[in-house]
Amino acid sequence: MSEPLIRLESVSKSYGSGAEPAVKKLTLEVEKGEVLVLVGPSGCGKSTTLRLINRLIEPTSGKIFLNGEDVTDVDPSELRRKIGYVIQQVGLFPHRTIAENIATVPRLLGWDKAKIESRIDEMLELVSMDPETYRDRYPKELSGGQAQRVGVARALAADPDVLLMDEPFGAIDPITRDRLQNEFLRLQQELKKTIVFVTHDIDEAIKMGNRIAILREGSEIAQLDTPEAILSHPADEFVESFLGSGAILKGLTLKKVRDIDLHQVPTLTAPVARDQALQALQDSPDQVAVLLDDKEQPTRWIDEKALNRTSQPIEKSGRPVTVNLQPEDTLQDALTTMLQSSVGMAVVTDRKGKYLGCCTIESLAKLIMSEG
Amino acid sequence: MSTVSPNLSSRTPLSERLDLIVSPIFAVILGLIGTAVWLYSDIDSITEDILAPEKLQRQLGETLVLGFSSSILVILVAIPLGIVVTRKGFPRLKNFLVDTLGLAQALPAYGLIVIFFSFMGAGITTVIFALATFSLLPVLRNTIVGLEQVDKSVIDAGRGMGYTSRQILMKIELPLSVEVIIAGIRTAIVINVGMSALAFLVGGGGLGETINSGLKLDRGPAILIGAVMVAILALVFDFLSALAQKYLKPKGL
Repeated sequence: MSEPLIRLESVSKSYGSGAEPAVKKLTLEVEKGEVLVLVGPSGCGKSTTLRLINRLIEPTSGKIFLNGEDVTDVDPSELRRKIGYVIQQVGLFPHRTIAENIATVPRLLGWDKAKIESRIDEMLELVSMDPETYRDRYPKELSGGQAQRVGVARALAADPDVLLMDEPFGAIDPITRDRLQNEFLRLQQELKKTIVFVTHDIDEAIKMGNRIAILREGSEIAQLDTPEAILSHPADEFVESFLGSGAILKGLTLKKVRDIDLHQVPTLTAPVARDQALQALQDSPDQVAVLLDDKEQPTRWIDEKALNRTSQPIEKSGRPVTVNLQPEDTLQDALTTMLQSSVGMAVVTDRKGKYLGCCTIESLAKLIMSEG
Repeated sequence: MSTVSPNLSSRTPLSERLDLIVSPIFAVILGLIGTAVWLYSDIDSITEDILAPEKLQRQLGETLVLGFSSSILVILVAIPLGIVVTRKGFPRLKNFLVDTLGLAQALPAYGLIVIFFSFMGAGITTVIFALATFSLLPVLRNTIVGLEQVDKSVIDAGRGMGYTSRQILMKIELPLSVEVIIAGIRTAIVINVGMSALAFLVGGGGLGETINSGLKLDRGPAILIGAVMVAILALVFDFLSALAQKYLKPKGL
């Protein structure tokens, strides 16, 4: 394995002489290009640990290495310009425009003007904000979600290898948070930054992390592993209780619908004759068929009862298909959709809405069991 | 993504607009009163002598010098002091200073001028130092409050991105507290101009001489005109600092 990008070597931080150290002889390695999540109950020292990496908090003892270089004693301001930093309260400079905020570190590094200007636009586009609209606005004109997008853009502006994120989505409403998390994951696939991410939310940790370090008091690592391994083999009672009940349910966010063996129910393509439809249903072990339109997009669930009600044309009988799953959706989405569905299964389509098959409780259970 | 953003009113709030209107209005009213007194009351030769243009001109100049110098002195002392005591490691010094200067302000200005006179002697310099001491507190206190009300997360973000302590001060803390600091300066300037009427007590000159002569010689119009001129001067300075407050405040706040 190559040299880890960040290495903490038995780093301690204590405040005052008598008090218990906030961080006790912590050794931690972060690999290049991974998202390492530090998660733990409040007061366990996870934020302190994060702030030790860019030396916003100076360690009492121990060494910090960045890219193999000992940075324990270099000029902290110089060090921080090489490390992106995102915090929960965002901390945009209220007296500077969005563009000026994003330009902060490039300016500190002395980039030339033209390069900074083009970088600002590039960064805004990266976080899905229109440069024309937002460049010259001030932070108070942004919503919480928009502000944190700018916060991320600002942290990435000088293209640092390392990004430190301290509960970046913690103060954002659940719907926006979910969207920002997804966008962030997409961004990370492109950028492949080395990220240390602090959260107290185990669900967020599971969703965001390549590896998770579960910390207990004194920033002691209770378990450090991939989300899958932690969920299936919690190291001890502390980890187990921190994961809480429903570890399997949490694991559902790790798998995608595309991992499921799709179940094939009979399909009918409109327009279809009534007796032909009946025949198809009787030939199949399933109680329902899916009616597709001329673009192969699912429109309705059809069962025998609906077919026997001859007063309605087939295209209007049965129940409408309201929600489709797509292969990129998580198993958690699949479960929710199935539970809401009138027939106990969910239709899976490709991105364009073309029918692929159905997802059933049995197929979901089979996939979870096979994990063992 | 949604482009809904909080509606930003382009209009300045009522209180802020009033701020720029009230002092000029009062100044004009006082000016009218002064003129009316001059035109319609009995002006005998003694009053005319007290209000001789060359005397008023000199006193006006002295008042300006007093108000200006003491205010500059206050700014030069109180702002750096406020910056120093809000840095890490000075919490005790800060409380001590605020308490002591509170005491200085609790003393009557008259008393303070006399105290300074007792070891500095007569003259305009004595008055400048006494006034500066008297009005140090509002500027110091506002500098401290202004710097301390800056959102800590903004400072944290600044440090986290690699600003040095000096850059944090110059680029974040001061711009974000400039409005509060100027509000303190404004108070100090008005105090200094107003109190400069006491300068004559220790030979510092100023429009206080006219008021005093009016009192001694029992000439009502002279007292009134002297007082009105001091008040107008204070209001003009107040207006100028309100303008500074408006235009030095960074955009986006």
